[in-house]
Amino acid sequence: MKQVLTVILVLALSLPMVAAGENGASKEVPDVETIVNKANIVAYYQGKDGKAKVTMTITSKQDQKRQRKFNILRKDTEDGGDQKYFVYFQKPADVRKMVFMVHKHADPDKDDDRWLYLPALDLVKRIAAGDKRTSFVGSDFLYEDVSGRSLKEDTHELIRTTDELFVVKNTPKKPDTVEFSYYNVSIDRKTYVPMKMEFYDQENKLYRVIESTKVEMIQKIPTVVKSVVSDLKTGSKTEMEFADVKYDIDLEDIFQERYLRRPPREVTR
Amino acid sequence: MMRYRIIIGLVLILLAEVAVVQAEDVASEEKADNSIFSKLPPIEIHGFYESRGGYRLRKDKYEKDMSIMEDRLQLDLSSYPDWGDLKVKGDVIADWVTERGDFDLREANIFVSPLDFLDLKVGRQALTWGTGDLIFINDLFPKDWQSFFIGRDNEYLKAPSDALKASFFGDSANLDFVYTPQFDPDRHIDGTRLSYWNSNLGRLAGEDAVIHTNKPNRWFRDSEFAARLYKNIENYEFALYGYRGYWKSPSGQDDSMSQAIFPDLNVYGASVRGAIGKGIGNIEVGYYESADDLSGKNPLVDNSQMRYLAGYTQEIAQDFTAGVQYYLEQMQDFSQYKNSLISGPARDKDRHLITLRLTKLLMNQNLRCSFFTYYSPSDKDVYMRPNVNYKIDDNTALEFGANIFFGDYPNTFFGQLQNNTNVYAGMRYTF
Repeated sequence: MKQVLTVILVLALSLPMVAAGENGASKEVPDVETIVNKANIVAYYQGKDGKAKVTMTITSKQDQKRQRKFNILRKDTEDGGDQKYFVYFQKPADVRKMVFMVHKHADPDKDDDRWLYLPALDLVKRIAAGDKRTSFVGSDFLYEDVSGRSLKEDTHELIRTTDELFVVKNTPKKPDTVEFSYYNVSIDRKTYVPMKMEFYDQENKLYRVIESTKVEMIQKIPTVVKSVVSDLKTGSKTEMEFADVKYDIDLEDIFQERYLRRPPREVTR
Repeated sequence: MMRYRIIIGLVLILLAEVAVVQAEDVASEEKADNSIFSKLPPIEIHGFYESRGGYRLRKDKYEKDMSIMEDRLQLDLSSYPDWGDLKVKGDVIADWVTERGDFDLREANIFVSPLDFLDLKVGRQALTWGTGDLIFINDLFPKDWQSFFIGRDNEYLKAPSDALKASFFGDSANLDFVYTPQFDPDRHIDGTRLSYWNSNLGRLAGEDAVIHTNKPNRWFRDSEFAARLYKNIENYEFALYGYRGYWKSPSGQDDSMSQAIFPDLNVYGASVRGAIGKGIGNIEVGYYESADDLSGKNPLVDNSQMRYLAGYTQEIAQDFTAGVQYYLEQMQDFSQYKNSLISGPARDKDRHLITLRLTKLLMNQNLRCSFFTYYSPSDKDVYMRPNVNYKIDDNTALEFGANIFFGDYPNTFFGQLQNNTNVYAGMRYTF
């Protein structure tokens, strides 16, 4: 009798929840591909072009700080597709006026084209496409964190849905090319801004976290203006702040040798 | 002369300080009123202070043991008014090897873009083009080989040019044109800092036989013209080059054989660079037409040459890059050269050169270890450039390196420099 009551009670309590869950799923939870596509656009393809002033502060475990300052220009060839980046360094002083230019290819089989301009030598250098899991300018951010990891590189699985977040688990299709076994991305349900990325190593231990710590609306576009990456293994962390963010600035095609040798005013000022 | 240059340097520093004060005034006055100063854009001031010292590892009876010992202050002033860019950069140097002070004006130029399709840069400037890594075929802008071999920073391999550079940008191709009104030779090996093979004496020489040169130096008459026509097709960079001027380092002697000369030279070349597999490949060729000795019969003037270069660079592991190059220098009219040779061992017809560059970044990219080697199987000589650079913090860097020469013969390109083998260390504070 007691058992029957318990069963009825459990059923009674859980039925409405199942119903609610089903309603929610059909109305509010898109499929995982839609989620990751939207989040990718929000994180890396806002506006048709844009600019920002970036400050990176790298803090080692011993609390030694190093700073990088650069101005960045971006132009999209198509949303979710190819992009061009122009990075003009201001700090540290020994790389001041150096320019790093990338023609990013969304096709994972095609390597990005990269150039470096060294002003003291007036040298336009072509750089071999490198491992995208390499540190960007000595910080805890990797190239892939800054310019985006191609969605085609991973399989995606929606593992959790809360009131605020979608949590997507991403598993690499070629595990031997990366240092993680998988990573989870927590995506804001309203804005689709990726709020947190958690990377797990081969022993399924969390070792690296990237958090969006400040999000602002700029030209009605939700924009991460501060993010922090923590390397739990080395104890090092890097904070990246964006200032003077502007979208749709009608950037011409400055992503060519002419402007390496003489950077446009958008970045020198 | 030297004192005069130092005074210029000091005046420059003083001007910079005045400019800073003005710039600060501008900031405070800008809101208050529209005074004349508010029309002057601020001047950015940067630079570095560096101490560098090095010694020879072998006894060189023609040179000092000290290969480099200098303190250097570089000031770099730039300003960006609406109509263009202004830049002045100069080094004040206390050189303890020559026991002299010096001022080296590295840049003083104005950049303007008067038309959509035209950029102009006038004045003293660093100029570079071409695809080689520490090998130059179509880049005939002046080099400072002395700085390169005694262990100054790589930046000093480029000697400044006093030139006008006009760049035209078109839909089908782009054109760079550089006019140098007065010939800018290399800062070449002349015996003052580095010992070298003296073919007249038939032995190594140095301070005892400093090379005297007779260089073309008339303004607007002894000029150089260099052009590059280039186009990027699907990120493969194609270029054609032309040059009319002079051999950049001494490549002949006058009739009395008492002075080295810079004979007329025309160069025609081409290059392509782009992605190949996981790396970057490049090919460059050039025909060096020795215009004062087209037949190759004159023993006092170097013969014409063909120069070929092929290179490939790839990241072979994380933060570890390797680059290889093969270079061939082919003397034209070799039989004429052999028949007319006056003295000394004859050069080979072909000079083959292989280079290897390895660069590894460590400690969050704050430690850079690099190793560059030239090896010539035909000359049987080697030049190695190991270098370690560590950034202590955002402003301070320590550097150690060496210039190591080996050779079976005393008269080959790198073999002659054997006794100049040196190690150096430096510390730089950048601001």
